[in-house]
Amino acid sequence: MLTIRNLHAGIEEKKILNGVNLEIKPGEVHAIMGPNGSGKSTLASVLAGRENYEVTEGSVEFSGKDLLEMSPEERAGEGLFLAFQYPVEIPGLSTTNFIKTAVNEIRKYRGEEPMDALAFLKLMKEQMAMMDIDQSLLSRSLNEGFSGGEKKRNEIFQMAMLKPRLAILDETDSGLDIDAIRIVANGVNKLRNKENAVLVVTHYQRLLDYVIPDFVHVLYNGRIVKSGTKALALELEEKGYDFIKNEISVSEEVNG
Amino acid sequence: MNTTEYFKEHFDRLQAENKDGALHRIRQNAFADFSRMGIPLRHEEWKYTRINSLFNKEYKFGSTEIPASISSKDLDAVRLPGYEQANELVFINGIFSFQFSAIRSTALVVMPLEEAAKGEYSGIISKHLGHSSKYLKDGINALNTAFIQDGVFVHVKKGQITEHPVYIYNITDARSGNILSQPRSLVHIDENAQVQLVETYSTLGLDESFTNQVMEIVVEKDARAEYYKIQNDSSHTNQVSTTHIRQTGRSYIHTVTISLNGGIVRNNLNLVLDAEYCEGHLYGLYLQKGESHIDNHTVVDNVKPNCFSNEFYKGIIDDRATGVFNGKIFVQPQAQKTNAYQSNKNILLSDSASVNTKPQLEIFADDVKCSHGCTIGRLNEEGLFYLQSRGIPEKIARSLLLHAYAMDILEHIKPEPIREYVDKLISERLEYDIA
Repeated sequence: MLTIRNLHAGIEEKKILNGVNLEIKPGEVHAIMGPNGSGKSTLASVLAGRENYEVTEGSVEFSGKDLLEMSPEERAGEGLFLAFQYPVEIPGLSTTNFIKTAVNEIRKYRGEEPMDALAFLKLMKEQMAMMDIDQSLLSRSLNEGFSGGEKKRNEIFQMAMLKPRLAILDETDSGLDIDAIRIVANGVNKLRNKENAVLVVTHYQRLLDYVIPDFVHVLYNGRIVKSGTKALALELEEKGYDFIKNEISVSEEVNG
Repeated sequence: MNTTEYFKEHFDRLQAENKDGALHRIRQNAFADFSRMGIPLRHEEWKYTRINSLFNKEYKFGSTEIPASISSKDLDAVRLPGYEQANELVFINGIFSFQFSAIRSTALVVMPLEEAAKGEYSGIISKHLGHSSKYLKDGINALNTAFIQDGVFVHVKKGQITEHPVYIYNITDARSGNILSQPRSLVHIDENAQVQLVETYSTLGLDESFTNQVMEIVVEKDARAEYYKIQNDSSHTNQVSTTHIRQTGRSYIHTVTISLNGGIVRNNLNLVLDAEYCEGHLYGLYLQKGESHIDNHTVVDNVKPNCFSNEFYKGIIDDRATGVFNGKIFVQPQAQKTNAYQSNKNILLSDSASVNTKPQLEIFADDVKCSHGCTIGRLNEEGLFYLQSRGIPEKIARSLLLHAYAMDILEHIKPEPIREYVDKLISERLEYDIA
């Protein structure tokens, strides 16, 4: 579904990703972990099409198409979704109008009719209940004055409404208490199926207690330096990132 | 044209035809003021808005030159939603038209200024008519007063609530020649009365129109008034629109100025807090594109203690359009315990768009709370990416963000049909309607 080959990217003159390779198949959950500054959020941003990042080398294929050639909205139309680390507050735009526009524009992209108003309302109510979101949130401005937890739940709620084929969760667990993590994880798990995939970008492994990954990758200095299963996440939690750093420097000494 | 000669000729004719009128002397004085001050050229208050070019043209003006020429179909085209219940006041080429106006509320008295100046309301007229000239020391204000003949007096009766709004349509018929129109009105809201005023400007035809309007509003003790100005006229129309509000007793005033189109548009909005415990709210929104120019000049004069005022203007400037915001707050020596706030925010959408914003506080009392601030920025790029990442195409995302930006001004339009109407105008303007 997603194939990243030798991806190099940076911002202005600064190189951040130095050759990332990753393959994600339908039905899989991948986790990307790594210390601060390793390039985790950059990877998520580049995949979603954030403008200020420049790709200097490599390719990304999504469902057989060249992802890097597409605008952010086309990527969403193709089924990519990024849950933001810092969801943006938009005073004056109601959450309902925002989601209605998003749902219908994606349908339009796919050549489908706009959703019937009643069906839309019903779907929205169901998904809100799942994410434990109060109905009053919908008439409020998008994310404005929302607590950290409300913002993150709102991200997963949007994901539930848009039903992406690949969901990228960028540090969705940061700033959440344990109850909120459970709600978020529950939302993600309900959306998992054989057809779609999830990429969890996280610093800590605690979200992975609830969203169990099939693969765990460690990103360090802009490259995936180690891949494994859920056990790798636990090992990182126990030993800290230093153990990876040491391993790398040892292997580089050997190779060098 | 030689401006003074040109207007002198018209003025002499007007005075000769209305020798015995109650307003004869007021006009005489105003014309003397106009002759002395002339068209503002190097005038501090007109630094960023040059209107001398508007006087290089020939216009028809005054009731003798341009008889009312519109049809009821013309009127229907400019009517605001909810007009069936509303009171409608119609100016055609600056001349108040009883024929087309409809006074439906018994709370209102409407009569020609000339008539009001000699009857039971003469005291009000002599006390308040022309009060704006104390604040607008330029020839433009005087020019309107010099030709005050065809204006209207509106009185909201003591203790009465005007249940439905008063719609004021300024229609200019520029279908056969350039038109200068100078609507003039005095609105007196008596003690404990309430009214909502909504004013629009519409030019018919393709010739140029220049509207030089003065409306003076007096708000007496315990009265409440709302005033909405909606400017969405075509780009070959220009105007200087003065709204001068004087609160003479503890009272409440709420204004929203929406400017969406026009050539050169200059708004003078004065609020004189001339009694203790007055409250005034001034909101404004301007969306400019093409070559249009919008200038919002506001004055809040705190004359008496314990008054509150809040002013909030937002602007979006695109293409080669220009914007000006000049907000003056005076706090007079005896106006202790004044609370006066002011804010102006702008978004520039193109490299050739510009805005000049100038907040000014002149405080002569020592126990006051005042603040002012202004910002000029660009569209929120992070917000744009957020919306795009949800599948919303960039063009629509921009429209949604700009519409959202306008919301905290729009929500201050209290009559629902008018709020929806303006919201729709903005959707049309931004080329995206969420509904």
